[in-house]
Amino acid sequence: MIPCKPIGKKLATLLIVFIVSIGLNNVFAAGGDIPAGKTLFMSHCAACHQVKKDATGPALMGLEDRHTWADHNDLLKWVHNPAAYMANDKYTKDLHDKFGSMMVGFPDLKLEDIDNIVAYINDAAVEKAPAGGTAEEAPQKSNSNAIIFGVISLILAIIALILMQVNSNLKKMSDDAEGIQRPHPVPFYKNKIYIAILALILFAIAGYQLSKGAIGLGHQHDYEPVQPIFYSHKVHAGINQISCLYCHGNAWESRHATIPSVNVCMNCHKAIQDYTKGPKLYDVDGNEINGTAEIAKLYDFAGFDPKKPNDWNPSMAKPIQWIKIHNLPDHVYFNHSQHVRIGKVQCQTCHGEITAMDEVKQMAPLSMGWCINCHRQTKVDFNYTDSTGNKFYSIYEKFHNDIKNHKMDSVTVKNIGGIECQKCHY
Amino acid sequence: MSNKYWQSFGEVNEPEKHKDLGKNEFHEELPFEAFDDKGLMDAKAPRRDFLKYLGFTTAAATIAASCEVPIKKAIPYANKPENLIPGVAKYYATTYVQEGDVVPVLAKVRDGRPIKIEENELAGSAYAQGGTSARTQASVLDLYDMYRVKYPLHKVNNKFEEVPTYEQADKLIMDAMKTAGGSVVLLTSSIVSPTTKDIIAKFPDLKHVQYDAISYSGMLLANEACGFGRKLPSYHFDKAKVIVSLGADFLGTWLSPVEFAKGYSKGRKIDEKVLSMSKHYHFEGHLSMTGSNADERFIHRPSETGAVAVALLNAINGAGDASIADAKLKTAIQKVAGDLKTNNGAALVVCGSNDKNVQIVVNAINQAIGAFGSTIDWSRPVNYRQGVETDFASLIADMEAGAVGTLLIYGANPVYNYYDAAKFTAALQKVKLKVSFTEKIDETTERCDYILPNHHYLESWGDAEPKAGITCFQQPTIFPLFKTRPFQTSLLRWSGNNKEYATYFKEYWIQKLGTENDFDKALQVGIVENEANGNAAFSDGATTAAVTAIGGYKKASGIEVVLYENVSVGTGLQAGNPWLQELPDPVTKATWDNYALISMAMADKLGIKLNVDYEYYPGKPLIKVKVGSKEITVPIFAIPGMQADTIAIAVGYGRNEAMGKTAAGVGVNVYPLAVNNGTTIEYLATGATVENLHKKYKIAQTQIHNSYENRVEAVRETTMATFKKYPNVIPKFRQELQDAYYKNSNGDFRRATLYPEHGQPGIKWGMSIDMNSCTGCNACVVACHAENNVPVVGKSEVMRFHDMHWLRIDRYFVSDNENPDDLKGVVFQPMLCQHCDNAPCENVCPVAATNHSSEGLNQMIYNRCVGTRYCENNCPYKVRRFNWADYTGADSFPNNQDQKIVGVLDPAVHEMNGDLARMVLNPDVTVRSRGVMEKCSFCVQKLQKAKLDAKKENRVLADGDAQTACQLACPTDAIVFGNVHDENSAITKIRKDNPLRGYYVLEQLHTLPNVTYLAKVRNTDEVMEVKDYEEQENHEGGEKGNEHPAGDEKKADSTLPSAINSTEGGH
Repeated sequence: MIPCKPIGKKLATLLIVFIVSIGLNNVFAAGGDIPAGKTLFMSHCAACHQVKKDATGPALMGLEDRHTWADHNDLLKWVHNPAAYMANDKYTKDLHDKFGSMMVGFPDLKLEDIDNIVAYINDAAVEKAPAGGTAEEAPQKSNSNAIIFGVISLILAIIALILMQVNSNLKKMSDDAEGIQRPHPVPFYKNKIYIAILALILFAIAGYQLSKGAIGLGHQHDYEPVQPIFYSHKVHAGINQISCLYCHGNAWESRHATIPSVNVCMNCHKAIQDYTKGPKLYDVDGNEINGTAEIAKLYDFAGFDPKKPNDWNPSMAKPIQWIKIHNLPDHVYFNHSQHVRIGKVQCQTCHGEITAMDEVKQMAPLSMGWCINCHRQTKVDFNYTDSTGNKFYSIYEKFHNDIKNHKMDSVTVKNIGGIECQKCHY
Repeated sequence: MSNKYWQSFGEVNEPEKHKDLGKNEFHEELPFEAFDDKGLMDAKAPRRDFLKYLGFTTAAATIAASCEVPIKKAIPYANKPENLIPGVAKYYATTYVQEGDVVPVLAKVRDGRPIKIEENELAGSAYAQGGTSARTQASVLDLYDMYRVKYPLHKVNNKFEEVPTYEQADKLIMDAMKTAGGSVVLLTSSIVSPTTKDIIAKFPDLKHVQYDAISYSGMLLANEACGFGRKLPSYHFDKAKVIVSLGADFLGTWLSPVEFAKGYSKGRKIDEKVLSMSKHYHFEGHLSMTGSNADERFIHRPSETGAVAVALLNAINGAGDASIADAKLKTAIQKVAGDLKTNNGAALVVCGSNDKNVQIVVNAINQAIGAFGSTIDWSRPVNYRQGVETDFASLIADMEAGAVGTLLIYGANPVYNYYDAAKFTAALQKVKLKVSFTEKIDETTERCDYILPNHHYLESWGDAEPKAGITCFQQPTIFPLFKTRPFQTSLLRWSGNNKEYATYFKEYWIQKLGTENDFDKALQVGIVENEANGNAAFSDGATTAAVTAIGGYKKASGIEVVLYENVSVGTGLQAGNPWLQELPDPVTKATWDNYALISMAMADKLGIKLNVDYEYYPGKPLIKVKVGSKEITVPIFAIPGMQADTIAIAVGYGRNEAMGKTAAGVGVNVYPLAVNNGTTIEYLATGATVENLHKKYKIAQTQIHNSYENRVEAVRETTMATFKKYPNVIPKFRQELQDAYYKNSNGDFRRATLYPEHGQPGIKWGMSIDMNSCTGCNACVVACHAENNVPVVGKSEVMRFHDMHWLRIDRYFVSDNENPDDLKGVVFQPMLCQHCDNAPCENVCPVAATNHSSEGLNQMIYNRCVGTRYCENNCPYKVRRFNWADYTGADSFPNNQDQKIVGVLDPAVHEMNGDLARMVLNPDVTVRSRGVMEKCSFCVQKLQKAKLDAKKENRVLADGDAQTACQLACPTDAIVFGNVHDENSAITKIRKDNPLRGYYVLEQLHTLPNVTYLAKVRNTDEVMEVKDYEEQENHEGGEKGNEHPAGDEKKADSTLPSAINSTEGGH
């Protein structure tokens, strides 16, 4: 068994190269400014902008090709104070006239934030598959690279294996020629070392998959159930621009955002009895939806007769059994008001571009890692002396001093205990 | 010190064996024995079995976990009520009224369900300044009792059948009333509601008899004889500098304990600069909760209460007395009399006896010491108890004579709690029509023809006038769960008034208060206070006769049996409440039973050895107690400080099946042992005999569950005289403990911890517990249950040391070093997670399921816990609780509660998991599943809410925004909680103001807890000499300097709150 050792070493080296190549590959794919840009986009821009389509504001795809936006400094000026910028600029003024509303200013954004956002927009614009969400982009890319590297590694490994077999056969032949007695080489499929290595690799892959699967248990990324009524958020919140809080007002007060009760729906739908003006609606399978028929379903639940609107008795309504999409486990405490009212987080940050969805789909994984990541990155407004920050944070003397002394530039949710277990688990 | 602090007889009598057992504290046989007798390692094929289990559990877990995620629905309101926000709790002022007990409360209503009872602070100035009792706290669970009567019932052929509507029931009953003829009598417990009294008065030809489970007619009649009228006065314990109780358990069960505890605690708070507190003398035969709190406690035969009262009166008047033979008692009486006289106008004597003559003598004493007008207030007579036995006796006579055609029963249960229940039961059969209005089918209701169930108080409109001129209001906090109806509505209907009680009530009060607006305001606050205008003067006429009568009492010899109420079950009305049944009694720390408290001497006589085995094993010897022709079999429970020949047994146990599985079969009913002395019923039987049956009965006791490794220094107690002489006795002791730690760590602070120091950039939570104020009443324990979804585990599990209380009250006996029976006092120490800044539990968790927050909380994360129990093992305070079984039904496996391995859980546990009982759960707190550790979280959900509310209002967190459940429940304000970093907070102040009493538990371990305790000070003249007091002090500075490098010392000190530590330098 002399040849064993060198072969083992070679194989180990090969394996390491293989693993490292996959690892590096992942690192490269996940690196860069895109994730940070995505977070910023979701929290600052997504309420009004989409990447590919015009919404409240213009589509941002390819914005660097327009106006002077290739210069991010210029873009930053605009974003910091749109009203002031627009006063001397025809392009933005025209945009204002076209969309009919003034862009909100974000004076807290920095140049690097703009870089990140633009990076994200460019990434989302180029890579985006027609139907897929932006969330899948990064992993898909890394997966395809991983497959290429994997195939190459596999080919190399097979070549190495063949060469080793050839090598040992040649050695055997030369030994025979020289008259040295050696045992017949073991065929590779009976070689215990190969089998052991193969088993180890399989075990590692299985373990990785198992733990990955276990972590994902209960996560319902992309969950999009069929609801009792085809309710289009796109029509309501997107086209008609109804504020999220009009229906989900409890998000301002309570831990639950809550689905509005039938009487809230009927506030408008007593008058709006058919769906004719909006775009055609399609369900997930591409079947056309009759909007008027869906409104009629609401009337069934409400016990409302459109012919006799004045006879309607709200107390006779039946509750609508919606399917809950965003589920958290029982041991998680999540409070909407903390995020929406205190943290000033946009609904879209967690729920995705609701204004573009017909039936709602779960955009965020709602995993703990996802929550924690946001808590790590999100900055808390500590300017309690002016009107923006919350006076509650005035007690954090140390942080205020550190900011003053330039020891730290900003306080994140993490700094004030945002990633401690009992923030959410009790 | 010459005193001994101890918790169990094992510790006192067999210290070595006790210590050995302590070493095996966490030893519990693994359940594999069931498969092989030899235990796991010696079994035939342990490895294979192990692999089998491993394989099976992995497969099972995989299958269970990989099942499809269930579809959850989100169903909004069809028509959302205004002002209701799902997820945000609302508070409604209402009033807990039960058998004459009145406590104004707030009901916390979450998404339409009342889930918690809180004190009503708004009612404060007028009534009792807040506070609740254990039973008040637990009353919210009674609302969700599955044994409540769910619709009107009619007995047909000895079986109850549903009456479809109340209209039909009304018709049936009114017809039956006509047929029955005779008089109509309403039998109730004491009625405190003015509107109800009004309705009763307007009912034509209705005779109203009030009957109290525990009678106070001795006092009522005595007050009548003394010219006060048949009434009870208000007591002001806060104004009394000397309080003498002759067997009155006024902190636990006597009359209005929440109110009294509040007043009492005011005199018990110590200002270290002034050093004065009220003095509490207690005379009694058995060790009661109030007696445990006394400064000086004297024991006597319970039958001698009268003689003691007379002797005390004579001593005050300067007359001689020969009726007391015991020399110790005699001196005591002289001393007490002297103290009472010196504090004329600021003294109070109360007496728990139900003997009219004794109460007359007590009135005479109170007159002699100037109590009337100062500590006893006749301007506001109270309505808590109004029943008089003679009324009830004549009702029975009428019933026997067949004169009573209809008997309506509300809140009274004489079949269960009358001393001569057989007589009443026989008389009841002669009544043609019996209608009961109770919520549950109790012993009396069982024998009725109709049951028209009443609302629970949280579903009702109503009022209560606990004191003249003070009215508390009830308003519904939930739509009635069942088809119940207020009994007042029935009375109105049957008297020809078709109004609902709600309407009647509203109209009555709008008329009284003025406008609807005033009425709404009254409901909102929950209380209306009018001027006090009562007046009465003491007349001496009856005293001489009473003294003579007492002098003529036969001197009892032999054994006496005292019947007492305990703080959990009380008279027995709430016996079906699992929270109360599982509540450890303050003195005995036993749950789920009643038992005969006996003295150590009697145990000796009965041949019972009070050793480690007696304490360690739940089986307690059974005895037979014979009183006249009546006999009962009860287990014994020996405690120190009992009069040698006295047995005490709690009433309220031994309920019928229909009361539910929690109450039925728990303990024995001892009401039949009460004795009628001719005018009143006394809860005392003389001439009893006892016999050791040499059998055992298991009692689930909790005090022995946790071993402190004999570290009794956890509790600090001293006397007032000692404290005055050696003010630094506690700081000195603390220094010794800290020095001990330094020594063990070779002066290296860093050796104590693996972690860097925790920083708290914002808030740091801290708690202070004043052991001088804590009376051991257990309100906090129930409040903690309700707030934190703490599971009920049942008797069988408590016996296996699996009790789950997050907050327990440790009881320490203080006795003479040589004689454990010479009880000097009892210390109650509420023990909860200390949230140590250097927590031993955090270091040992292999999965970091318990760690420290930036606000100083020791966090326990259930979803991360894998159940190694290392933390429990390493916690010196023994405050961690492990879910041994699926107590809450929270496991993902169905039916995981009835396994052979885990043990079959008691029915009460299963009932707590029913759909109805689960409505009481707090939705903001996780319901824990099997196999995880849990413990006090400082009510983190309330802290989070307080912070969020402050942020919503854009302001800094104010002191008092965040209050823990235990703190809110406490009637004596013993618990103070808040932000230590806030210089103006109550917690900072209390730490700053009490440098001499404040201490941490087990400081030698350097755990750096966040809970401070204020040492208990007994107000006695006894001086406990402190060794080397002066000497130690002089050496201290030098020694310390030599031993520890200056840097380390500074670091160690900086981790302790400077408020407490500051005194150490300044001896």
